[in-house]
Parts: sequence; structure tokens; C-alpha cells
Amino acid sequence: MATALHPSVDEVWHWLSKVPDPEIPVISLTDLGVIRDVGWRDDTLVVTVTPTYSGCPATTVINLDIERALAEKGLDRVRLERQLSPAWTTDWISPEGREKLRAYGIAPPTDGTAADGILMKRIDRLSGRSNLTIACPRCGSTATEKISQFGSTPCKASYRCTECLEPFDYFKCI
Amino acid sequence: MATATLEPTVAQAALVEFLLRIGDNTLILGHRVSEWCGRGPALEEDIALANTALDLIGQTQLWLGLAGEVEGQGRSADDLAYLRDGYEFRNILLVERPNGDFGMTLMRQFVFDAWHYLLLKALEGSADRRIAEIAEKAFKEVSYHLDRSRDLVIRLGDGSAESHRRMQEALDDLWAFTGEMFVGDAADAALAEAGVIPEPQSLKVGWDEIVSDTLTEATLKPPADGYMHKGGRRGVHTEHLGYLLAEMQFLQRAYPGATW
Repeated sequence: MATALHPSVDEVWHWLSKVPDPEIPVISLTDLGVIRDVGWRDDTLVVTVTPTYSGCPATTVINLDIERALAEKGLDRVRLERQLSPAWTTDWISPEGREKLRAYGIAPPTDGTAADGILMKRIDRLSGRSNLTIACPRCGSTATEKISQFGSTPCKASYRCTECLEPFDYFKCI
Repeated sequence: MATATLEPTVAQAALVEFLLRIGDNTLILGHRVSEWCGRGPALEEDIALANTALDLIGQTQLWLGLAGEVEGQGRSADDLAYLRDGYEFRNILLVERPNGDFGMTLMRQFVFDAWHYLLLKALEGSADRRIAEIAEKAFKEVSYHLDRSRDLVIRLGDGSAESHRRMQEALDDLWAFTGEMFVGDAADAALAEAGVIPEPQSLKVGWDEIVSDTLTEATLKPPADGYMHKGGRRGVHTEHLGYLLAEMQFLQRAYPGATW
């Protein structure tokens, strides 16, 4: 059992919910869904983190930010563990996180459309011009088109609104 | 060599071999694709290529990291990437082909992605949990790569007369390097027997299907299966790998242990 001196797991989750994502600072690490578990193992706090993309350079920064935020709360015995499975999916981005993304100008991932491995279905959806489910984060129009499957970070794609003509980032579904 | 420690079992050696093969494929292709950084034909393509390279290098860290762990000689993913010589690399010859023009790069990516996609899908069911977990992660990224390279092969193949000509040339040039993906050896057979990996040959039917559907839509003509180049999987490479390694490994060779 954790001793009374340990902050509770709930409290640690609360602290982590204040740590911003290094690339998209309007959402927190808990909004992003990369923190999979928090628990005490004797005197050490173990935080289990999953990467978004295996090569995402933000992963290292995320780990440093977690350690720094917890150190500021006086926790110096912290261990970060990497968990690959189940693989991170955009379905884990919280509803609040999605709303914050939209307000920031990034179209949030369409709910429930994470890659299911059914290739042809995805190709039909992605290569067609009928991206009806991706709404422009500025004017709300669904008349949008894909410019590129990739964007400013590994997790985003580039789109354009054909109504207000603004280009925008779309947080792609995986 | 007689020592007090146990010799690695045959299965362990086969596993290291497999992990080097898959990790070297993603490393060498990742490096090749990264050579486009700042040189793409359009900003969006430049970014897309750099992101694809990033995914592949990220996957390399996982595969080579596991290779070092299973090998048990204290070598990290970085050690394996930067401190081995050409004959120790196990990537297929396809991924060390020079980039050529944009069409050549995309065609190489497409034939690789179609195979990589099927391989990872099979590896998600690997009897080795560590391999299944990495495959699950990488599969999502690679599905995306295949969506993109397939789409571009169709658009460029069924594009202008000039883009069609270049895509057909790229396909004709690269075709003889595709056979190596489907040839197994004793290490593959041992691992397939244990349910760790699929038989390389078993991926051919699915690959043929994806490739033939795509080429039809792209109005490109698949070359006849003739002589296929092989050797990379056992360390026999073309001259192109040496130049690539000279650039990729320069820093660690000139300044051993350098970090930032």
C-alpha cells in the first residue's frame, strides 16, 4: 500500500491533465490519450506512456515534460514506462480535447474512423473527394478537400475549405 | 568458442536475423526517403516524404532496439545502425536503390508499402508478443503510407504522357528487385514453423493483388517476371549501400559516441 505521504493517483492524473502537448499546446497529455496508467510501485511513481507515432520527435519531449511537471510537485522518484500495445488511436482523444483542437483551428479526427486495416475501404474514403465528415474548423463548411495526406506534424494532414478558402490542418485518424 | 555462457540457440539467432532484416529495411528506406527533405517537387510532397521517413526511422528504433535486446550483447539500436559495415546489413536490395526522380521514389515506395503492409498485418498475429506489439503500432502508419503511395502511382501513371512514361520506366527498372521480398531461407523457415513470422512466399498472392489492381488503374503494364536480384538479406549488397552508409554513419565514425 502507498503510504499517506504519497499524493494519490487521482491527484497525479490531475497534475498531468495540466501538462500541455509540446506540439499542440492547447490540449493536454491526458486529452491526447497518451498516458495509459499511473500507479505507485513502492516509493516510485510509474507513469505508463504510449507514443502517438513511432517516430514522433515529440515523444522524447513529452517524457521530459512529464518528469519536469512531477518534479515541480516534489516527486523525484518517477519512472516512465513505454507501452506499445494497444497502439495509440485518435479515438482516445477526449471530447474536450477534440473541442479544443477545433477552437485552435485544427479539424479534430472524425470519431470512430480510426484505421481499421480494411485498406480498400479507407482508400475509397480518403481518395474520394467526398470528405463530408471533415468540417472546416473556421467556417464549419463540410465542402473541404485534401491537399496532402501529411501536414506540419506526423499526426496531421493538410486540407482546404472550398467555401472560405482557408487551408487547415486535420488531425488524421489512426 | 568454448565459454561458460550458453551459445545462443538457433531460434535466437534466427530471431536476431529476422529483426535485423526488418529493421534494416525500414532504416535504409527511411534514410533514402529522408534524402528528399528540402528537395520535394512541392511543399506538401516534401513534408509527406519527410513524415514517411520519420515513421520508418521510428519503426527502426523499435525493431533494431529489439534486435539488440534479443542478441544480448549490449548493442543499442544506434550501435546497430551506425556501427555496422555494409556486409552486416540485411535489407533487401530494393530499399537501397537510389531515389532517381520523384516517380521512381514513389514507385519504390509503393511496391515496398504493399509488401510491408501485408507483412506487418501477418506479424500482428506473431507468437512473439514483442513482435506483435511493434507490428500493431507500425501497421497503422504503414496503412497510411500505402494509401498515399498507391494514390500517387495511380495519379502519375494515369496522368500526363510524361508522368506515365516516367512511372512505366520506374516500374520496369524496379521490378527485378521485387522478387527478393518473397524468398525465404532456413532462418525464415524456423521462425515460420514456430508461428513467429509468416513464410515470405505466403505474402506473394496478396501483394500481386494489390499491385495488379493498382497498376491497372494507373494504366501501367506490369513487366514479365524474369531474373530477380537477390543478396541483401544475407549481406550481399549493391554498390549503392556503401555510399548511403558513408553519409548516414559519418558522424558516429568521425566522432565516436557523439551526442546532442
